[in-house]
Amino acid sequence: MSGNTDVRPEERLAATLARLILDTAAPPARHIAVGAASPIPAAACWLVAKTGHPVRLSLLHKRSGNPFTEGSRELFDLTGQGRIDLFFLGGGQIDGAANINLVGTGEWPGTGVRFPGSFGSAFMYLMTPRTILFREEHSPRVLVDRVEHVSAAGVTPPEVFRRGTAQALVTGRCVFRFDGARFALESAHPGETAATIRAETGFDYDAPGTVPVTPDPTERELSLLRGPVRDEMAETYPEFCARVWGHAAAA
Amino acid sequence: MTPDTTRTTLDAMAASVPDGALLALPPDNSLPSVALAKALIRRGARGLRLLGVPVSGFATDILIGAGCVAEVETSAVSLGEAGFAPRFSAAVRAGAITVRDATCPAIHTMLQAAEKGVPFMPLRGVIGSDILAHRPDWRVVQNPLSEAPDPILLLPALRPDVAAIHAPVADEAGNVWVGRRRELATLAHASRRLLVTVERFVPGNMLEDERLAPGAIAATYVDAVALAERGAHPVALLDEYPFDAAHVAAYARAARTEEGFHAWAERHVHDRAARAAAE
Repeated sequence: MSGNTDVRPEERLAATLARLILDTAAPPARHIAVGAASPIPAAACWLVAKTGHPVRLSLLHKRSGNPFTEGSRELFDLTGQGRIDLFFLGGGQIDGAANINLVGTGEWPGTGVRFPGSFGSAFMYLMTPRTILFREEHSPRVLVDRVEHVSAAGVTPPEVFRRGTAQALVTGRCVFRFDGARFALESAHPGETAATIRAETGFDYDAPGTVPVTPDPTERELSLLRGPVRDEMAETYPEFCARVWGHAAAA
Repeated sequence: MTPDTTRTTLDAMAASVPDGALLALPPDNSLPSVALAKALIRRGARGLRLLGVPVSGFATDILIGAGCVAEVETSAVSLGEAGFAPRFSAAVRAGAITVRDATCPAIHTMLQAAEKGVPFMPLRGVIGSDILAHRPDWRVVQNPLSEAPDPILLLPALRPDVAAIHAPVADEAGNVWVGRRRELATLAHASRRLLVTVERFVPGNMLEDERLAPGAIAATYVDAVALAERGAHPVALLDEYPFDAAHVAAYARAARTEEGFHAWAERHVHDRAARAAAE
């Protein structure tokens, strides 16, 4: 089985993230914050909510749709208080120890390619019980053996206060789990194999003898994504919705 | 008007910001005064040290492009959906500006320390980030209240020379209204001077209205206000006007090159053709 050809890659990624959010082995996700320019994580969170799970979503890119009345510092205060359970982070580079680099390449502060900067990652990564790392591009330039600069560390010495670290890394090719020290390949998206993923990954990781295929979204998940989730997303991510669900929006 | 606040013009406000000032600017979702940034470009400001509260956007990129900036302290510089900030990226590559990377809650915390008048405040997290290695002014210490090993970051109070924001309204008493963007109140408390451009003036005193007072910054903290209609454009202003994505995308394309930036600035900042036609 190579996957339902009617399923868009973005839909598969959203459903995959939703399953990770609902993972009962992980700390509960009662309040999830989603940063700006993250349409697929946002879709995953809406999918969880529309599936009927009680979850509070704080969408940082929206003027309303979040509980903040104290301005942009309130997310960090909430997180410091332990009230945010799950956050998503990405990276210009991500390495095998789950370090992320949002600063750049070359000499500090990024004289090769300058990325935008670390945003709140250096704080959020340590203070949130779990983080899902998400980056669609899966290539050796992004998934590196060792990031050139650490914006936020995946692993810190035991005496350093932290509530959690990466639960998983989801890319356009696969799902990696993180055990607190090292990644393990959990599933490959349709069209990928153990060998293609190994060739495109710059860090070492564990892999099972037989790599499962990342499941397709269920029919119910697809109908939620294409209906109520799309409706929630349309105002904030019009281009994304038109690209992924354009035919549905026109119907 | 109370003695606290001076009503002035945009050009006079720009003239009051000295070269080399530490100038705090909120980012694109939080009431930046793009109008004042453009006025600073027109007056030929030099050597400004910009602080992103806590990140930086469009106003910072145009000030860098125009050569007004020596240093940027920020947690990120981005044009949002329009991508990387082109003149910031070019200036970093060329080594033309000093960048002091931070992380969002650290900037909030440094301003909160200044607001309280204390020399430093602690912040959890951040340890393990390379940001620390490049911030000799940030210090990791043992938690003095803990018996167990517990390293924690101390951040120095940060007091900007000038903070500049754009608000929907100022009233007769010199109060300005920023709604739920309360980090701007902290910024106002922490900064030596607060300059505010506004869409319009309204009669009365907002502090006498229970519904408006919590969203207001009192005139006590406001040094000057100036009228600048659509003064946040192309950035959104709360529920008054939306982000002009087409304008910012066109800027991002034009500003990929220095020549492209200057052509853009001739039209959208200096507006020389329109001024010549008006004479």
